[in-house]
Amino acid sequence: MKNNENKLSHDTKGELSGVLVVVEHVGAEVSPSSLQLTGKGRELADQINKKLMTVLIGENEESLNKMTADLISHGADIVYISQHKELAEYTTLPYVRVVADLIKDIKPEIVLFSASTSGRDMAPRIAARIQTGLTADCTNLVIDDFDDPISKNKYQKVLFQIRPAFGGDVMATIVSPDHYPQMATVRRNVFEVPPEDKSRKGEIIKFESNITGPDLCLSIEEIIRQTKKTVDLKKARIIVSGGRGLYKQSEKGFKLIKELADLLGGEVGASRGAVDSGWIDHGHQVGQTGQTVKPEVYIACGISGAVQHIAGMSGAKMIIAINKDSNASIFRYADYGLTEDVFEVLPKMIEYLKKEKNIEN
Amino acid sequence: MIVLVKQVPDPSKKVGMTEQGTVDRTKSLPIMNPFDAFALEAALSIKDKYGGKITVLSMGPPKADEVLREAITLGADEGVLLSDRKMAASDTLATAFTLSKAIEKIGDFSFIFCGMQAIDGDTAQVGPQIAERLNIPQVTFVEEINFNEDMTATFKRVIEGGHEIVKSNLPITECPMLITITNTAKKPRLPKITGKFKAKKAKIPVWGVKDIEPDENQHDKFGMSGSPTRVKKIERPNSGKEPCRVMEDGNVEEKIESLMEHSKINSLSTD
Repeated sequence: MKNNENKLSHDTKGELSGVLVVVEHVGAEVSPSSLQLTGKGRELADQINKKLMTVLIGENEESLNKMTADLISHGADIVYISQHKELAEYTTLPYVRVVADLIKDIKPEIVLFSASTSGRDMAPRIAARIQTGLTADCTNLVIDDFDDPISKNKYQKVLFQIRPAFGGDVMATIVSPDHYPQMATVRRNVFEVPPEDKSRKGEIIKFESNITGPDLCLSIEEIIRQTKKTVDLKKARIIVSGGRGLYKQSEKGFKLIKELADLLGGEVGASRGAVDSGWIDHGHQVGQTGQTVKPEVYIACGISGAVQHIAGMSGAKMIIAINKDSNASIFRYADYGLTEDVFEVLPKMIEYLKKEKNIEN
Repeated sequence: MIVLVKQVPDPSKKVGMTEQGTVDRTKSLPIMNPFDAFALEAALSIKDKYGGKITVLSMGPPKADEVLREAITLGADEGVLLSDRKMAASDTLATAFTLSKAIEKIGDFSFIFCGMQAIDGDTAQVGPQIAERLNIPQVTFVEEINFNEDMTATFKRVIEGGHEIVKSNLPITECPMLITITNTAKKPRLPKITGKFKAKKAKIPVWGVKDIEPDENQHDKFGMSGSPTRVKKIERPNSGKEPCRVMEDGNVEEKIESLMEHSKINSLSTD
């Protein structure tokens, strides 16, 4: 990339400003994922002894002011505000213009986005405009030194971007040591919302971007947020989940899972494999692209245990795995296991519970 | 129309690890990235109604021509494969650069379709990065496309907890764009016998770096040298837990019984 004028070398790293968090919001509420990123961003900024900056984009002055205060009390040193009538709702090109212009201007060392549908829409485009690296859907971020085994260069305090890879069987650590800013989108709920400190002081900087005609070639006609479809698995005490292992008779498999969940007073979950195969609605999906759950008991039926799935359910107090394949990764996370055919176990488990509860068949 | 497809390892097969701790890709049988099948279907539906030509484009090893033939079986008109050792170890930025160079060579298009993400990398980055490189608008995570009388288009885009309707303000003939398609979109069709015959006969050109970028000074933008990101390490995570207690004694009924007794889930459910 030596021809690239935007490239910042490691030697000039000292001149870079700190960590920038691109904030998402609905109305006047900063989204929880952005507050979580503000917390993590604060930590990273302290580790590199630089400032935590956030950028707020929107239309309504009152909402922007309210959120500015929220960001400062959650750890931001500087809040950049871009206010424009064309920025009321997220649309790709205007938002990309605003964030890319700001990055070129303030030259941050690290830029963090939420791995949401808008974060994952704008971040790659911004990375391509700035010509820097981007790691998607990180589940952890760590500052550490990196000794490059190939070039023998030593890099101090680079961002280790950690994410599930290859369908979630493994975790990969990604670095981008020669390009700045180091950018990542981060999965929601992997970091905590930091405690609020209303006495914190911060700087507010308003800036303007030149949003041009071609940026406005698409517009939002309507936004519809459904309330029902997604099953709220977060509050469930017991979750019985099905995965790709049910492929032989998926319909019957999920019927059995529902029956077992009902008997236990629990909810039905699913792995991405099952959802992608169309066996069950996405609203039931547990894992990286689904819900993060913390039930008392999680019963995984025919789930292999990809890291993305584990990321969504490893907070369960107890994990029970039912899987014919005794080598399945799920058994590394489970407390109890049955290495038997799900289609044999589930009916017998249901029968056992009915007997215990004196329910007639 | 151009449809981007990727050959990925079959997720229902276990990923093997080599002794060096990297993923052993030689063991898994490849398939067409499932999201790309939905992208192809979106293009085919438009072709059914309005006509047009569909070119499928893939970057990968020589055997990735299999997915291009699969796309032709389903109704695509032609395929182009980008395959060159200089393209190996590309991250998303270098991949997007390579694909956009090939798209420029293919020429005019009204739409580029891709799957919302590939199931091996899960990044969802290459599409938007191509759109940026080609300086065209993008609509990501699209479930449905409709055309209005004035030939503007509306897109139903999946967002958190719902969807939004995005409208193009110009007729699509005046505004080429890149669309990424979700797996909640219209289900991919089944292949036809005639398609299989056509795919078997199809000649699929293989383009290398020299074919899409004659300027050798630009060749460091391909492959590893064009990739800002590096994989530092890959590891199987250690759960750090006590080993799982697998019920081993007796028949299935007895195993279930001891599972129930050990885990005490029955008492929990009746609290």
